[in-house]
Amino acid sequence: MAETAYWEAIRRAHDEEMTNDKMVIAMGEDIGVAGGTYKATSGLFDKYGPERIIDTPISENSYTGIGIGASMVGMRPIIEIMSINFALLALDTIINAAAKIRYMSGGRIACPVVIRTPGGTAHQLAAQHSARLARMFMSTAGLRVVTPRGPVDAYGMLKSAVRCNDPVIIIEHERMYNMKEEMPDEEFFRPLEGAEIVRHGTDITLIGYNYNVHLCLGAADKLAKDGISAEVLDLRSLKPLDRETIRRSVEKTHRVVIAEEDEAPVGVGAEIMAAINEDCFFALDAQPIRVHAADVPVPYNARLEKEAIPDVEDVYQGALKALGKI
Amino acid sequence: MKPEDQKRLLREMIFYRRFEDRCFEAYMERKVGGFLHLYSGQEAVATGVLEQAKTGHDYVITGYRDHVHALKSGAPAREVMAELYGKETGSSKGRGGSMHIFDPTANFMGGYALVGQPFPLAAGLALGAKHRGEGQIAICFLGDGANNQGTFHETMNMASVWNLPVLFVCENNEYAIGTHIDRSTAVRDQYKRVCGYNMEASQHDGMDIDTVMEAAAKAIDYVRGKSKPYFIEFMTYRFRGHSMSDAKSYRTKEEEAEWEKRDPIKVYSRRLKKAGIISDADIKAMEKEIDDEIENDIIKFAEESPEPKIEDLTRYVLDDNPDPRWIGPLVNEGE
Repeated sequence: MAETAYWEAIRRAHDEEMTNDKMVIAMGEDIGVAGGTYKATSGLFDKYGPERIIDTPISENSYTGIGIGASMVGMRPIIEIMSINFALLALDTIINAAAKIRYMSGGRIACPVVIRTPGGTAHQLAAQHSARLARMFMSTAGLRVVTPRGPVDAYGMLKSAVRCNDPVIIIEHERMYNMKEEMPDEEFFRPLEGAEIVRHGTDITLIGYNYNVHLCLGAADKLAKDGISAEVLDLRSLKPLDRETIRRSVEKTHRVVIAEEDEAPVGVGAEIMAAINEDCFFALDAQPIRVHAADVPVPYNARLEKEAIPDVEDVYQGALKALGKI
Repeated sequence: MKPEDQKRLLREMIFYRRFEDRCFEAYMERKVGGFLHLYSGQEAVATGVLEQAKTGHDYVITGYRDHVHALKSGAPAREVMAELYGKETGSSKGRGGSMHIFDPTANFMGGYALVGQPFPLAAGLALGAKHRGEGQIAICFLGDGANNQGTFHETMNMASVWNLPVLFVCENNEYAIGTHIDRSTAVRDQYKRVCGYNMEASQHDGMDIDTVMEAAAKAIDYVRGKSKPYFIEFMTYRFRGHSMSDAKSYRTKEEEAEWEKRDPIKVYSRRLKKAGIISDADIKAMEKEIDDEIENDIIKFAEESPEPKIEDLTRYVLDDNPDPRWIGPLVNEGE
């Protein structure tokens, strides 16, 4: 076991998968000689060379498309898009090509491509570097969308994503790259599907994904001091969504808060609420609560930025509301 | 080229023309739905270029006007027609339709409806081919209209920087749907547009299959031999409208008549007749044989094939038999 940072976990997964299979390549802006904006591929250029650690020009749509094309003929590309905002430029190749080629070809051609990209607000990056956009990928048939909350999942899910035969979008977070966790030294894999109960509880379910799982855990600590037992659920996979685990938890606790960093309209929380309505409406003792970002482009000013996105206190307050205490 | 090969090429072009004429009829009979884009007039380009490629080995990719590229790559005509009919026996099991023919057994990697999208996909096929080192190249056919997409510039740049073995074939028919090239594009000669990417390029007559083959052979040798991209432009003309709903109001009858004189099938059959390789009677017999094959074999197959099963609606969205080691689901302990 060793304490490993999120970025180190991603780098280790790259390294192992590239050693294991020579069809695995990595592509992205500044990932090679410069070592990667988040150091997720640092040192690998020297080890694997420019043919396998490919520095791309700033052409998101087409280098993503090149990775997708390569995946159609047996390659296993891991594509890094520096910010999920820039992934908007690649939506044509992601949504119109990668997500649809298997289906359009009657299952005859697969696109086993992995696209890693950080989404989320962090240290005053302002509106064009702070998008979340999980909801957009989550609503696209033909994609898998996963949101590792820490190094163990970041490593184990990336390894699974490389080996899986579907296009996988991995949404990371600017504020998580230096987050540390104890990690086994032996190789392991984490499944791409399935929500995880990261804290068991009986009075209320707090649902999060990506960075906001940590907000839920913080809120659960506060609730515990009030004598309230909160269950924290990490969705892990937004597509497909593990509705079964959500249902079981809500049937146990009867109250639920969904924390999302994105704006609320047509969002992850809206989808979870719909799933709860459809699957376990009569198990609810109170209306489900969404804790979410303000419906604004993310501001630069630090105070405004903090106000725009949810924090532990917001999730805690949401829980008190769901519990009928405020 | 041997006379029997010349006769075969003429037969192929006539077959493609009549196959697509029959697609048109099937569309009018409402046997075929969606959009239907026909290739009539441009046959010498796909036929001539792919005659020089190692079809089945090299990767081929194109836009939505894809029937002939698929057929010449080696996709069975029965399956292409069945795809238009939306049948389970179709190239894409009825899930793609006319614009999305796929046949990986022929390394025909698809028809795509997003104009310009195949540029990066083609470069990716070439990157994969280069990585595997099995001598394959990628061939990307697109029209002049696609060159106004950002993917054109982005991909030309990367294909050149990374020395990818990809042949970009520009079929310049002068119209981007219904807008003439002079009204949409700063230069009419498309091959000039890649000089900024340090890429070899040339322009040729696309109505004469001999010219196409000669130019394509050189370009393909270059791409395969040097593992570098090449951009080849063929000046051609689409005899029919962009798709079935197109009344061709944007061009004159005189212009159409001028181009029809250069019909690639007429040009080539005249040449073969003059050389004494084929006679009018031979061509008549050829046409009859083709029509019989289309009607009694291809159309019959498409008509009689089963539709996809309703219960299969959600197949092929993701891998239908995923490995649980990677997919899970995750088991929550202590529940």
